[in-house]
Amino acid sequence: MTEPTIYELSSIGRVGVLFPEPDVPLAEFPRDLLREDLPLPELAEVDVARHFTNLSTKNYSIDKGFYPLGSCTMKYNPKINEEMARLPGFAMTHPLQPADTVQGNLALMYQMQEFLKEISGFAGMSLEPSAGAQGEFTGVSIIRAYHQSRGDIKRKKILIPDSAHGTNPATSSMNGFEVVGVPSDARGNVDLEQLRKVCDDTVAGLMLTNPNTLGLFDENVVEVIKIVHQAGGLVYGDGANLNALLGIVRPGDLGFDIMHINLHKTFSTPHGGGGPGSGPVGVTRALVDFLPTPVVAITEPATEELPPLYGFVRPAHSIGRVKAFWGQFGMIVRAFTYIRMHGPDGLRKVSEYAVLNANYLMHILKDTYTLPYDRTCMHEFVIQGSWADAPGVRALDIAKRLMDYDFHPPTNYFPLIVHEALMIEPTETESKQTLDSFVDAMLKIAQEAHTNPELLHDAPHNTPVGRLDEVKAAKDLVLCCWIPESEDKLL
Amino acid sequence: MKIPENLMYAKTDEWVKVEGNVATIGVSDYAQQQLSDIVFVEVNASAGDEVKKDAVFGTLESVKAAADVILPISGKVIEVNEDLSNTPEVVNSDPYGAAWLIKLEMSSPAELSGLLDAKAYTKFCEERSH
Repeated sequence: MTEPTIYELSSIGRVGVLFPEPDVPLAEFPRDLLREDLPLPELAEVDVARHFTNLSTKNYSIDKGFYPLGSCTMKYNPKINEEMARLPGFAMTHPLQPADTVQGNLALMYQMQEFLKEISGFAGMSLEPSAGAQGEFTGVSIIRAYHQSRGDIKRKKILIPDSAHGTNPATSSMNGFEVVGVPSDARGNVDLEQLRKVCDDTVAGLMLTNPNTLGLFDENVVEVIKIVHQAGGLVYGDGANLNALLGIVRPGDLGFDIMHINLHKTFSTPHGGGGPGSGPVGVTRALVDFLPTPVVAITEPATEELPPLYGFVRPAHSIGRVKAFWGQFGMIVRAFTYIRMHGPDGLRKVSEYAVLNANYLMHILKDTYTLPYDRTCMHEFVIQGSWADAPGVRALDIAKRLMDYDFHPPTNYFPLIVHEALMIEPTETESKQTLDSFVDAMLKIAQEAHTNPELLHDAPHNTPVGRLDEVKAAKDLVLCCWIPESEDKLL
Repeated sequence: MKIPENLMYAKTDEWVKVEGNVATIGVSDYAQQQLSDIVFVEVNASAGDEVKKDAVFGTLESVKAAADVILPISGKVIEVNEDLSNTPEVVNSDPYGAAWLIKLEMSSPAELSGLLDAKAYTKFCEERSH
């Protein structure tokens, strides 16, 4: 990579702005706030603009190319979302403003809660959680609060299928639960017999990702939920894969008790370096009183002359706050825009095309790559990145080689139940031409794996930097690039 | 892939070496190959602890994944291999030797009958490779 750091570009005394001589008396700068040891770079505006523009061209983003990162739903982020979020009425408000001065913002949040309730089939919705994992944490905190409120304190376990998202066990541990794994059956569904064996009165709940990380809709989902409910547990739905279900099936109707929704996946707000995320949580009627505080409600109904008055309210048995202020408001505006732009029929089309695109890719690639669970997939699918007759080539090599063809690699080595997994999620926003060029690259790489494996081992070749040393990156942690001299002495 | 004849194996890929009433436990060559480069080893037990079969007693983290290590037998901890926290890569280079994780004084040697011998474990690994 030839681009120097901004510190290397610095030249003493160079500035971006020349201030005129002040026409008021100069105030003395407090001496104890002056520091000699702070090496801020000194550059002209043009150098700064070029530096960051150059860096941005080395980055890979959804605006630059296809990004089939399974489970992450890297769909295109429509520009109108940005335009709406920048409207001064939204962008220029402050979170500490009195509620009666931001009624428009609150009306949007209220309407968003209603939209998400309608889409997911839940009775209550909190927009507070700041991303998916925090939504999970919120949901499992609600599970704990629910059992505690009933004096049912022996429930210490959360069940997690082996095809669940990797964050689910972490969430349960963070909440003080013991994690018990549940295996998948040969079709990639939760193994019902194994589930029955572990369901007893010590189970607080089950965390289910549906469609799961194999991209498969659990064919027994209703039965799975029934088994857990019969044991007195609650069922948490990981909504990260909601992009396959919009307008087709509502998780609340299937019997899920709680679910988070990733606005930054399903509802097209930026993520993967462009965030922040946003992870609203929906619950059934029995759990609405446990939602995090605050939720937006109509505090005074509309009259003939006046619109309703909106305000923040605290649910009766709220688990408390999970985030400062009112959720990721800018993201809520973007996702709201996306929902309004599509409407109910449009949202259903989103899921239909997401599923169609994934099945299209899967059907072409399965002749060349092993497809361990050969079923109609939902919005993503998992293939194996290895061949018996190409020893030494692994999923990682294929992922790296894809970068040479200007594609972002798919998720690799997850789910763990597939050997050398490559998890591919095209999303609905890609054209047939884009999907076909991805197929061409994948088929070409499969050929190279057999005829010229070194090409894959050494990949990527065409990127600003080559294969990174992941072992060194994981072991030799450099968490600070610069320590001020005064701090240095303290260490 | 090496699967020494003199060891016993669990289906969760730990090996057990029995010397008198002392069992030394580590993870198999198959396990380290599946995980790829190990970057972090943690053993959550210390000498004197009474530990039970099937309990998670440690974690191996690689550039690919993190995996729990599960006790194939019960007993009292004699010694934990502290060196591995500084040299996790030894799990890749010498899984059956320097990368032993824990030594136990067995409390129920009968549990050993639930483990696989080298032949059965070889077959078990082959089945999973495809």
